[in-house]
Amino acid sequence: MTTTHERTHPGRGWPRRLRKDWWIYLFLLPTVLGYGAYTVYPLLASWWFAFLDWPGFAAVGTFTGLENFERLLGDDLFWNAFRNSLVFLVIAVPLRVGLALLLAIVLNRKKTPFKGFFRTLFFLPVVTTGAIVGVVFTLVLDASGPVSLSLVWSGLIDSPANFAADAGTSLYAGIAVWVWKWLGITLIYWLAALQTIPQGVHEAAMIDGAGAWAEFRHVTMPLLVPFLVIITLIDTVAAFNVFDLMQTLTGGGPSFSSEVIEIFIFRTAFQATVPQLGYASAAAVLFGLLTVVLAVVQALGMRWARGRIGSS
Amino acid sequence: MTAPATTAPTRAPAATATGRARPPRRPSVGQVVTVVVLLVLGGLWVYPFVWLVSASLKTSPEIFGSGLSLMPETPVWENYARAWTEVGFGTYFVNTLVITVGTVLLVVVRSALAGYVLGRYDFIGKKLLIGIFLVTFFLPEGYTIIPITQLTDQLRLLNTHAGVILGLGAGGQIASTLLYAGYFRRLPKELEETARLDGAGHFTIFFRVMLPLAWPITATVVILTYLFAWNVYLLPLVFTLSEPDLRTLAVGMTVFMGERGTDWSGLAAGAVISLIPVIAVFVVLQRRFVDSIAGAVKQ
Repeated sequence: MTTTHERTHPGRGWPRRLRKDWWIYLFLLPTVLGYGAYTVYPLLASWWFAFLDWPGFAAVGTFTGLENFERLLGDDLFWNAFRNSLVFLVIAVPLRVGLALLLAIVLNRKKTPFKGFFRTLFFLPVVTTGAIVGVVFTLVLDASGPVSLSLVWSGLIDSPANFAADAGTSLYAGIAVWVWKWLGITLIYWLAALQTIPQGVHEAAMIDGAGAWAEFRHVTMPLLVPFLVIITLIDTVAAFNVFDLMQTLTGGGPSFSSEVIEIFIFRTAFQATVPQLGYASAAAVLFGLLTVVLAVVQALGMRWARGRIGSS
Repeated sequence: MTAPATTAPTRAPAATATGRARPPRRPSVGQVVTVVVLLVLGGLWVYPFVWLVSASLKTSPEIFGSGLSLMPETPVWENYARAWTEVGFGTYFVNTLVITVGTVLLVVVRSALAGYVLGRYDFIGKKLLIGIFLVTFFLPEGYTIIPITQLTDQLRLLNTHAGVILGLGAGGQIASTLLYAGYFRRLPKELEETARLDGAGHFTIFFRVMLPLAWPITATVVILTYLFAWNVYLLPLVFTLSEPDLRTLAVGMTVFMGERGTDWSGLAAGAVISLIPVIAVFVVLQRRFVDSIAGAVKQ
């Protein structure tokens, strides 16, 4: 899909076609201009910025070659943020995808009552503002707040604790809140996926005397695998967009224990007394490379999954 | 919150679709267990909102001093007045509204126009354009914030509403364009031919015939863009760092934390004010929300 076949054998009618289609390009103008300036240009420009020593938007950057990248590779805080982002990804995505699948299966059963009501409950946090959820949870998770009090009351912990403010648990508190906030949307994906399974399949399995588990294991699951690929990849990309929640919930702290890569970039570029725009761009570019790798895996996975959905 | 009342109609089709006469029976043990587990889990999902509303009606010392009780001793409505005027949530609200409406309009117009020609016409450069869209589809916003800020600075639009609207709506939003393209592709060719016989030009056909026909997609795009623009944080935060009067609700909320750290009840009231518009729209239009998202993933 990425090459233009027209280019390889240009027809004679090119100028005439262009002239005849002038209105098409007029329709495309807002998108081409906007997309060019606000999506394509930033993508290319951050590579250029990554090679600059650039202390603020008012200043002029000086080219320093690979110096930013050399510094980054030796910067413990960069690797700390990199590791935190990966830990976040590796724990939060399977949790979100798996929990949502379990819920979807229960909510997809005919026998389950109040399905619409429960779906609404789980979807509610999805529509709310991430930054505000982060702030609200700093209160809910406070040592004298309701979570801590309930845990003490039920005997699960000995003394009041604030999981978002403890270096050992702050990242996991962020993961928990993120899964809580976004579970509902993954639930909707799964419900849509489950509805593609024809009812006849279920009846055939019943006639064959398959139990609920056997039916799920041998009938439902194989049909869901292509969706698993797509949903996992959508949620993986979502797990890279956690700035609003993490910045407001923990601010990356305490002592950088929950600093994900986006907070590292933001802090370096906009919160330092001397902004290091080039250095922050280099970090963005390095991490961007990781997302490119994931995007390629994604494209391949999607193509494979589409094929499976199409053929079934 | 007030969600339960509106969910009843959505259940009806599922319950009658079995087609088999079901004998009257008592709920089984498994069913009861399922409902109890779902209720506990569902409780976890709404509890923070209930707690928030309760906190917004308490006094600040009462929030952390009254244990697990959710009932305020006497509702302190004054918290809302304080958040709205003194703290500036009134201004933040208007800013968020302006930015959201502007972004939604920009995205709808831009992606409907592009989606129309992408879905129905062949032209030179089409494959290149679609290729660029696909490559940049999943670009996370955090990684381009520096060049976008630099560009906006160059355009002298930093610290303006227009700058934020362009930053949110001018790039990205590929899903909306593809939704329009997919819908327009399925409309019959005769529509344009008939209109052309009547002497209508490309623009008349688009605005009078095509765009009105695509209202289900427009509804989806409006909903998804509205959610995105109302909730976005990073870009408005960076763009209004030196202009407090332009803060959105999300940005204002976090500044509040820093500046009036102990006014917990005012903070909670501000959070409720900020969340009501999205939650209200969701409760009213929840069927469309869910269909929009389910539809977008099936594409």
